[in-house]
Amino acid sequence: MSSITTPAKRLLVLIPAFNEEGAVAGVVAEVRSAVPGTPILVVDDCSRDATRSQARSAGAQVLALPHHLGLGGCVQAGYRLAYELGYDYVIRVDGDGQHDPRDIPTVLAALEKGDCEMVIGSRFVDDNGEHTNVLRAAGIMFFRAVLRPILGRPVRDPTSGYVGVNRTALELFSATFPLEYPEIEALVVLQRKRFRFVEVPCRFRPRRSGRSTITAVKSIYYMIHVLLGVFVNVLKFEGRKK
Amino acid sequence: MDRLFDVVAIFSLVLIVWVLSSVRRAHIRVEYSVSWLLAGAVLLVLARWRTLDDWIAAALGISDSFIALAMIAGAAFLVVLYRLSLRISGLKDSSITLAQQVAILEFRLDALSDKKKLS
Repeated sequence: MSSITTPAKRLLVLIPAFNEEGAVAGVVAEVRSAVPGTPILVVDDCSRDATRSQARSAGAQVLALPHHLGLGGCVQAGYRLAYELGYDYVIRVDGDGQHDPRDIPTVLAALEKGDCEMVIGSRFVDDNGEHTNVLRAAGIMFFRAVLRPILGRPVRDPTSGYVGVNRTALELFSATFPLEYPEIEALVVLQRKRFRFVEVPCRFRPRRSGRSTITAVKSIYYMIHVLLGVFVNVLKFEGRKK
Repeated sequence: MDRLFDVVAIFSLVLIVWVLSSVRRAHIRVEYSVSWLLAGAVLLVLARWRTLDDWIAAALGISDSFIALAMIAGAAFLVVLYRLSLRISGLKDSSITLAQQVAILEFRLDALSDKKKLS
């Protein structure tokens, strides 16, 4: 596998993980088979289980956070390291196995076209949303409606964490990245900087182990938190591209 | 009514003593104690100086001077809490940046020592 500190290729696959000992090794193995030779960085958000050792033994390099930062802080740490090391593209694949790594080449191809700064792997472009529960589907519809006028264009899967960024977006996200529930707010941050995104079809699967951090009760907090975050980012708007 | 003012005076005295004792035991830093001590002192003065309460109540158009005192106390504590929220937000941002930098430095150190081991 390529060393992460001497990038022979321009792509880094970033896997944020928290208590994913049951899934992370399988995800790393799948990534290695989908994009052989590509460096893989697992960012361990101070897991209390064997996530770190599982990731290492599967062949990934591990960025180990000294205390739990939450998803946004965890992803941003990976973005910071990737930016410092000079990577041109970073594709994020979640450590719970929900994102099918066989779609990484699709995301990379869209990034390499060069007509956008961020690519979202979407479960709805080809209507592959069968693994989305009712509550989440309702939330996605709600946020689609909220984001439509802000972004000036529709987004089909605003909560997807299957995301690829180029170096320009990497630089931005290294400095500014929403910390708790980052996906939706990150779109508004991009829009603030007049960056572009595209959506490509990707396969999503049920998580392999563990439980989602967003429970039914937390989903209300999630909605309020994200709405507030979107509102605050709208207030910081720097103008829309004509 | 007098009893209520006495209760507020005792409460503010307890607050001041409590904060000073925490500062002495280094449980709270001096810069964070100032807001609480100030709020306690204002409350104590208002609880003991009834003429001032009456004057403030008249200025605010409130018939009851104790309600004026309660309003000022509430506002003072809201300001203190807001200042603390600002501090906590700043500290959280710093702590996140620090944790990320520590992790990145540790990663780079490990990479360097691996290189040394290999060479």
